[in-house]
Amino acid sequence: MPSMLEVSELTHTYPGQQAHTAIGGVSFEVTAGQLTCIVGPSGCGKSTLLRCIASLVTPTAGQVRLRGQPVRGVPEDLAVVFQDYGRSLFPWMSVRGNVEFPLRSRSVPRARRRELALSTLERVGLSGAEDKYPWQLSGGMQQRVAIARALACEPALLLMDEPFASVDAQTRFELEDLLLRVRAEQDTTILLVTHDIDESVYLGDRVLVLSKSPATVLADVAVELGQQRDQISTRESELFVRLRGEIARTLRNAPQNRGEGDHDEAGEDEEPGEVDSSGEDRADEPALAGSDSTGSERGSTE
Amino acid sequence: MRNTARALTGILAFLALCEAVGRSGLAPQYYLPPPSLVLTELTRLLGQGDFLLDVLATVLSWVISLGICALVAIPAGLLLGSVPLLRTAVTALIEFLRPVPSVALIPLVVVISAGSPAGKIFLACYAAVWPLLFNTIYAVGQVDEQLLESARAFRVSRAQRLLRIKIPHVVPFVFTGLRLAASTALIVLVSVEMLNPSTGGIGSFIYVASSGAGRMDQVLAGTLVAGVFGYLINAGMAGAQRRWITWAPAGGTA
Ligand SMILES: Nc1ncnc2c1ncn2[C@@H]1O[C@H](COP(=O)(O)OP(=O)(O)O)[C@@H](O)[C@H]1O
Ligand SMILES: [Mg+2]
Repeated sequence: MPSMLEVSELTHTYPGQQAHTAIGGVSFEVTAGQLTCIVGPSGCGKSTLLRCIASLVTPTAGQVRLRGQPVRGVPEDLAVVFQDYGRSLFPWMSVRGNVEFPLRSRSVPRARRRELALSTLERVGLSGAEDKYPWQLSGGMQQRVAIARALACEPALLLMDEPFASVDAQTRFELEDLLLRVRAEQDTTILLVTHDIDESVYLGDRVLVLSKSPATVLADVAVELGQQRDQISTRESELFVRLRGEIARTLRNAPQNRGEGDHDEAGEDEEPGEVDSSGEDRADEPALAGSDSTGSERGSTE
Repeated sequence: MRNTARALTGILAFLALCEAVGRSGLAPQYYLPPPSLVLTELTRLLGQGDFLLDVLATVLSWVISLGICALVAIPAGLLLGSVPLLRTAVTALIEFLRPVPSVALIPLVVVISAGSPAGKIFLACYAAVWPLLFNTIYAVGQVDEQLLESARAFRVSRAQRLLRIKIPHVVPFVFTGLRLAASTALIVLVSVEMLNPSTGGIGSFIYVASSGAGRMDQVLAGTLVAGVFGYLINAGMAGAQRRWITWAPAGGTA
């Protein structure tokens, strides 16, 4: 299998008075067609890592290579599903408009755009909602729109940042299976960030376990559960249970590189994403505030 | 429908009350003509070229004022909102200019512009430009970083981000600003016309009617026309906002 993505010694420090090193030298390689899950405690730098890979943030040090070429600027055949889907859909565009949006800047002709948008929306189970506005949809449906928007681009590399974190359990299962189906159909390379260990094992061909901030790779776990997975039986299988235990243990036994470290990661079931959607005081935050659940979640565990 | 009926009932009741007071002899009809007289006079005036010219003068000045106002405030707001350095540089100037009531500038403008409508249009713009400018600046600053980042992730260029993200985001706020500007401009226009009747318009009609022959029925008829015009502007713009800007509940700071 040819290499799709190579991340070497990636380091990122957010500048400012309280400079914060979010990623501390991360290296890994992803082969084409692989679904890699990245787990790590909240605030460890997962979103930052994806942003660096997508070139939305220029890393302080290290390199990202896509198909062997160093990445400069946002790569063409890449799509991102952001953690905060509610804030990443364009409110003045209909669902179809949102899905067509990236196709426009790729100068796909109008008729083809429409066709792609409608077929992708059908695939994510949203036929009939194409003329609605995002605010008329539930959270789970909005997330489907964000996923459809990324899929419609038929990206070679798909980055997903906690895409299912803030939907209810039932929807989450559906979306997870949708993702597995999509992957079977069009062999996209997927990098999916999650803070849910079970989800990482259920979805991944492989799980990268990150340490607390600044993130480093603690373990690289191969998940040999095969292509066919089932929400109930796979999760009951011996291998699944063993792997999730292994990952949870890795996280728990990791050296604490930040003072108070009673962060309970295993089987974390809270719903982030909901947490700070106030959005009011974002204005004075620096650009790219990836301030997902971090602050509030840590607050709740201390 | 029901609301319209209620509103009409309210208006009719009010007119009936005015009629009763007007005819009761509490005040001489000369000072307080009942609505029936005012409406009769209004019907007569609407058939008169001079009066219609005055109405037209005000309406045209209003359209021009609002047009200039939009052409100045919207681009300026987009620019100031997008370039923080520039905003800091002009904030002091704006904070100095804004509190100057446009009415206080009337003598100055009257002297400079003599009887031409340019003076009143300038003053109307001066008063109306602020709500539009501030609404636009505020709205640009409110664009969600996550939206801009999403656009960047789809390789949308900087110029395209302004065109396709910032501008659509700003539209509802601009519309609200425009509504505020529209009524402000009308108020200032009519006031200036009253204080400087040589410029024509409904305001000067009202002034002349009250000062010369003291025709209160004409004064009230003129006022009614100005009021109805103001009402139609606001209702029309609110309707347009509801119809076209379906994605946002009436946006902006009122
Ligand atoms: N734009 C930013 N400026 C400064 N610090 C940031 C910024 N974005 C994130 N951080 C900080 O970097 C760390 C990692 O953030 P993030 O990558 O969002 O973590 P995760 O996605 O794993 O929850 C956090 O401590 C967060 O507060
Ligand atoms: Mg995150």
